[in-house]
Amino acid sequence: MAEVTLTGITKRFGEFTAVDDISMVIEDGKFTVLVGPSGCGKTTTLRMVAGLEDVTAGEIRIGERVVNKVPPKDRNIAMVFQNYALYPHMDVFNNMAFGLKLRKTAKAEIERRVHEAAQLLGIEEKLKSKPRELSGGQRQRVAVGRAIVRDPQVFLFDEPLSNLDAKLRVQMRTELEELHNKLRTTTIYVTHDQVEAMTLGDRIAVMKDGVIQQYAPPQETYDHPANQFVAGFIGSPAMNFFPAEATVQDGRPVLTGPTFKLVLSPEHASVSLPSQVVVGVRPENLDGPVTEKENSIELTVSVLEQLGHTLLVYGYVGETQIVASLDPHKQVALDSVIRLSINMNTLHVFDPSSQQTLI
Amino acid sequence: MNPRKLLSRTPLHLTIWVFAAIWLIPTLGLLITSIRSPSSIAGSGWWTVFPKLFSGGEFSLENYAGVIMKQGLGQSFLNSLKISIPATAISTFVASFAAFGFAWMRFSGQRTLFMVLVGAMIIPLQMTFIPILPIYNKLGLAGTFPGIWLAHTAYGLPIATYLIQSFMAGIPKVLFDSASIDGASPLRTFWSIVMPISVPALASVFIFQFLWIWNDLLVALMYLGGQPDVAPVTMSIANLVTNKGQDWELLTAAAFVSMALPLVVFFSLQRYFVRGILAGSVKG
Repeated sequence: MAEVTLTGITKRFGEFTAVDDISMVIEDGKFTVLVGPSGCGKTTTLRMVAGLEDVTAGEIRIGERVVNKVPPKDRNIAMVFQNYALYPHMDVFNNMAFGLKLRKTAKAEIERRVHEAAQLLGIEEKLKSKPRELSGGQRQRVAVGRAIVRDPQVFLFDEPLSNLDAKLRVQMRTELEELHNKLRTTTIYVTHDQVEAMTLGDRIAVMKDGVIQQYAPPQETYDHPANQFVAGFIGSPAMNFFPAEATVQDGRPVLTGPTFKLVLSPEHASVSLPSQVVVGVRPENLDGPVTEKENSIELTVSVLEQLGHTLLVYGYVGETQIVASLDPHKQVALDSVIRLSINMNTLHVFDPSSQQTLI
Repeated sequence: MNPRKLLSRTPLHLTIWVFAAIWLIPTLGLLITSIRSPSSIAGSGWWTVFPKLFSGGEFSLENYAGVIMKQGLGQSFLNSLKISIPATAISTFVASFAAFGFAWMRFSGQRTLFMVLVGAMIIPLQMTFIPILPIYNKLGLAGTFPGIWLAHTAYGLPIATYLIQSFMAGIPKVLFDSASIDGASPLRTFWSIVMPISVPALASVFIFQFLWIWNDLLVALMYLGGQPDVAPVTMSIANLVTNKGQDWELLTAAAFVSMALPLVVFFSLQRYFVRGILAGSVKG
């Protein structure tokens, strides 16, 4: 086990900068998730840690050792790929044993480790099968098993669940979590799925355009997003954003728009707001319908989605569509104009030009 | 199959049957003639045997015994094997190394070299005889089996490398990533992963090469000469045509002997043949 330290990591492909000056410490034994939309540089970052891509600038350390020039096989890492990357002509046992054989591990030891891993993953009776005879979930277990048997310092996962169907994905997610709790190996996990990031990560790094937007425990990225991008990326359905005008009345910041007037608590008075701001409020922090005018917002209902555990109400505030997640037993009519209260403790305010969080 | 599909497939099937007939009818004639006696060949056409097909009596394998024992075709058959098997094996083997290099290793001049390789496929091999033969004579390679192995390997390499390269280039990159993390060197990756996966492509190239070399007359004539102890089947048959042009029973039997092995090779490896061609041309 080891800590992984990235210092000023940059990767350029010709003119294109895929990863731009990233610095982060991946703590020993922790599960760290790199999350972001496709093309944000998360996979490139992971591949640089693996040694599959050269680093243009910066330094990667695994433990105390600088590994920039160390080939993948000597970095003491194991990687699980999105499309499993199993050797199609080898059976499950040999797929898992291949790396150990190349390291001249004793035969009995290979047997022991492979069976141990297979047992842990519930694929013991599949050891003689070829990858093509396995289901997607079983293949992914083999890929994970191949990583486990090596007993590496660091696990690297590159979107390991995105080829699985929804139900299996949830199941494998829990299994990976359980596995990590047992093994406690430092893990770097890349995904574009914020739910996976939230559920699996001890810490998550939200990335965009090759830059880390926020690196924090999952709950913090949800409660205190560093900027509008993180706010919109973490949480489902995504946070609503709409423009407002900021003024100060009676020493309290006030945000006004066509159908709302939001009065912030005096503790925010010290924050100097630009005259135009973006208000962010999560669907689950809207409630109603209500009648009182203050700290509520009026919208025209355009779509209703009944999910059983929640009722999603889509509507327009001026030109902007927003969504609210309400109690499923509330009666809301299509095309009606309703008013929803906003939980002011969870309200976010962003700078429209820099997109940084103001409140 | 539903009627509509059947209707749309009919022209296709009809065409296939017509082509099959065009190829098969002369072959059938060849086969029947080769087992008839010289007098009956002279007396009536091969198609006249059908009414008395099962009464027997007329057919014998005497002609085969004749060509193989008396006309030296047996020795030629062995020579053909001695030429074809090593030459095919060497060229397929060397080509797979080259293909791996072109598909998955990066070195300077790679593109240019590959262009030269592809370009080499266009050069007619007849053009190479004059410059190469003096070299062969000087090195004492002319008239020897290693000499012709070398020649066939060289002539076969461009197309073989090209075909195997296009297959290997289609192997997912992630397998190489995985192998390099597992600790495999490029050579180890080649042996343990690329070669086993490429079996269909290798098999189809092997068949192509084998058939080409087996049926070759020109290259053998140039580099081996006509000595009976080294002459392949093709050359012996060519000699038979010259010397025994009237003896149809011998010519047809000899022709059938030369066809036998390619048929065996093709039918035993045909599942690779079809799969290999598809896998090589359609990526992914």
